[in-house]
Amino acid sequence: MRDVAVVGFVQSPSLRREPNRNEVEILVPVIAELKKSVGIANDQIDFVCSGSSDYLAGQSFAFVSGLDAVGAWPPVSESHVEMDGAWALYEAWVKMQMGYAEVALVYGFGKPSMGDLPLTMALQLDPYSMMPLWPDAVSLAALQARVLLENGHVSEREMAERAVRDRKNAKSNPFAQVKGDFEVEKLLAAPHHVAPLRKHDCAPISDGASGIILAAGERARQLCQRPAWITGISHILEPMELGVRDLTRSRSTEIAAQRAGVWRDKIDCAELSAPFTHQEILVERALGLSAKTRVNPSGGALAGNPMMAVGLARIGEAAQQIWRGSADRSVAHATSGPCLQQNLVCVLEGK
Amino acid sequence: MAELCGVIGVGQTKYAPSRKDLSMPGLLREAAERALEDAELTWKDIDAVVIGKAPDMFEGVMMPELFLAEAIGGAYKPMLRVHTAGSVGGSTGIVAASLVQSGVHDRVLTVAYEKQSESNATWALSIALPFSVATVAGAGGYFAPLVRGYIRRSGAPEDTGIRVAVKDRQNALKNPYAHLQIEDISFEKVASSPMLWDPIRYLETCPSSDGACAMVMAREKLAQRTSKKVAWVHATEMRSEPTFFSGRDQVMPRASLDNAKALYKKAGITNPRKELDCAEIYVPFSWFEPMWMEGMLIAERNEGWKMTYEGATALTGDFPVNMSGGVLSSNPIGASGLIRFAESALQVRGMAGAHQVDGAKKALGHAYGGGSQYFSTWIVSSAKP
Repeated sequence: MRDVAVVGFVQSPSLRREPNRNEVEILVPVIAELKKSVGIANDQIDFVCSGSSDYLAGQSFAFVSGLDAVGAWPPVSESHVEMDGAWALYEAWVKMQMGYAEVALVYGFGKPSMGDLPLTMALQLDPYSMMPLWPDAVSLAALQARVLLENGHVSEREMAERAVRDRKNAKSNPFAQVKGDFEVEKLLAAPHHVAPLRKHDCAPISDGASGIILAAGERARQLCQRPAWITGISHILEPMELGVRDLTRSRSTEIAAQRAGVWRDKIDCAELSAPFTHQEILVERALGLSAKTRVNPSGGALAGNPMMAVGLARIGEAAQQIWRGSADRSVAHATSGPCLQQNLVCVLEGK
Repeated sequence: MAELCGVIGVGQTKYAPSRKDLSMPGLLREAAERALEDAELTWKDIDAVVIGKAPDMFEGVMMPELFLAEAIGGAYKPMLRVHTAGSVGGSTGIVAASLVQSGVHDRVLTVAYEKQSESNATWALSIALPFSVATVAGAGGYFAPLVRGYIRRSGAPEDTGIRVAVKDRQNALKNPYAHLQIEDISFEKVASSPMLWDPIRYLETCPSSDGACAMVMAREKLAQRTSKKVAWVHATEMRSEPTFFSGRDQVMPRASLDNAKALYKKAGITNPRKELDCAEIYVPFSWFEPMWMEGMLIAERNEGWKMTYEGATALTGDFPVNMSGGVLSSNPIGASGLIRFAESALQVRGMAGAHQVDGAKKALGHAYGGGSQYFSTWIVSSAKP
């Protein structure tokens, strides 16, 4: 495989509600700052790829106006996935593998505050058998948590510990939404939100955008002092129906991790996109992380969760750890669909 | 270095106003099974799945690929969902090809679809949002002024569009999958159909269809195992530009011209009119045939209409266009681009049946979308590049 690295990353702050800006207005400064930080203009970008969701914007073709933020003139070679930006990064990585591009711009953006996100997500379900029952996203996650708790796979304490850890880590992340010092006992004393989940078990709803610049080979070395090389990237989908899946583990993360080569060497740090505490535990286990791995130094998705941008931001955060020299090998995770249906794993290395 | 990619399987559903006999998963599966059968493969031979469709509101399911992928063998495999406006079918084909060309996967299944009967496309395209201008005109209302702009610039005879519509509908009679099969199609019939968005008449407009189209692509060594002819991918290209800005030429967008130049350069083509044997072009409203003949640099500027007028684009002409009947005869929106790509592959494989162009060796597949701002194209050939 060709050497491709993350050389630039910018994100907007995760906010419960962007009061005055629409999706594109959130995106414009992110992309402008991204190009500036790497020191390149459009004429040096060979491919552009984005991830977003029409249903969050409440509009067909919502991604089209993203081209305004790119400043796509002269016209650009560009594609879009109706998926988290992490999968847009995957498409760009594929284009670089085939020799189509040396430098690629990738971004993801979403403004879920415009609607009722948990209910909107019910529209992802099988429209003939599941959707008419309107199970919202939090309730489906609660079903999964129930399976895990009742079979002894996790405890409510372990779940609360994840919230405490992520919120504490997020204190040093200016872009995080939920942060601070919390105590497990106090969190566990709170009432259930959707039983058995409490508020601290659920990622916040966030508006936001993130962007990454990828570069290949020598170009990456020119643009970045210590590029974060993508040494493995893989993603796997599971069936949607909860009844045919083993909800007590994340099989797709396990397969993706194996294919991405996560276990070839130690992992210094991991950035996870799991939107519920019990799912974070499942992803940690699926990735086989040891106690030596720092998990979610940014706070992860539980501290800031801009849908369609959050997975891409995890790759950006994991890359930053490499740039800074605070990690030699990091892993990033992105997810989509109910109860961790689809998962992407990306291994980054400084070498 | 890029791997060679060959199309070894094509599958289409019958296109119809409403496929009430099939659920959405059933629709995708019908096309995918036919593509696998054509490729002489089974589900387990497929390494990854790429799904494409136009806006989710066309069916009312958010990211429907999440529930659909299992029906086409996507469970526990990588799955990508592409969405690039009307050009999405083409872009989906390009993403699938790139998974093979990059060496990442050996065999990839791609399916694009739309089940328009599940919702209402004109509604989905006309949602009025706060703080933005809503045209509430659907696609026809958006494109009619561009067509008028083309007529004014080129001086094309006003019946050019009618001739395209008659030609494409006649071709559709030779394609068993086509949605519209108008046995008594004639110049008179199209000319006397109601004017919807002047100068676009009812019979110069694409229908609203349910349908899916699938392709199986494989890297060189594996593609050669099939007993049938392979359509080798010579070049793919995409270009996008913003919808609105002062001075943008929406009639002949630069993204189209840039895309055509880059595509031909990659494919080593200097004279597309001569070197290509036929083309499947995205023509949702009749006038876009002459417009894209110019936009794809096949005709000189302002002379695209002459190709239509002189019969060059007819099945028997020197540059047949939309042999399958085109988007004017079948329009499952998200699939329409992939159908263009698939039909171009069928032509060079010699498998297009009654609408086969004799001896076609090199063909162009084309899709466009948004406000004439997204373009995705490929060139396939019976010979390796």
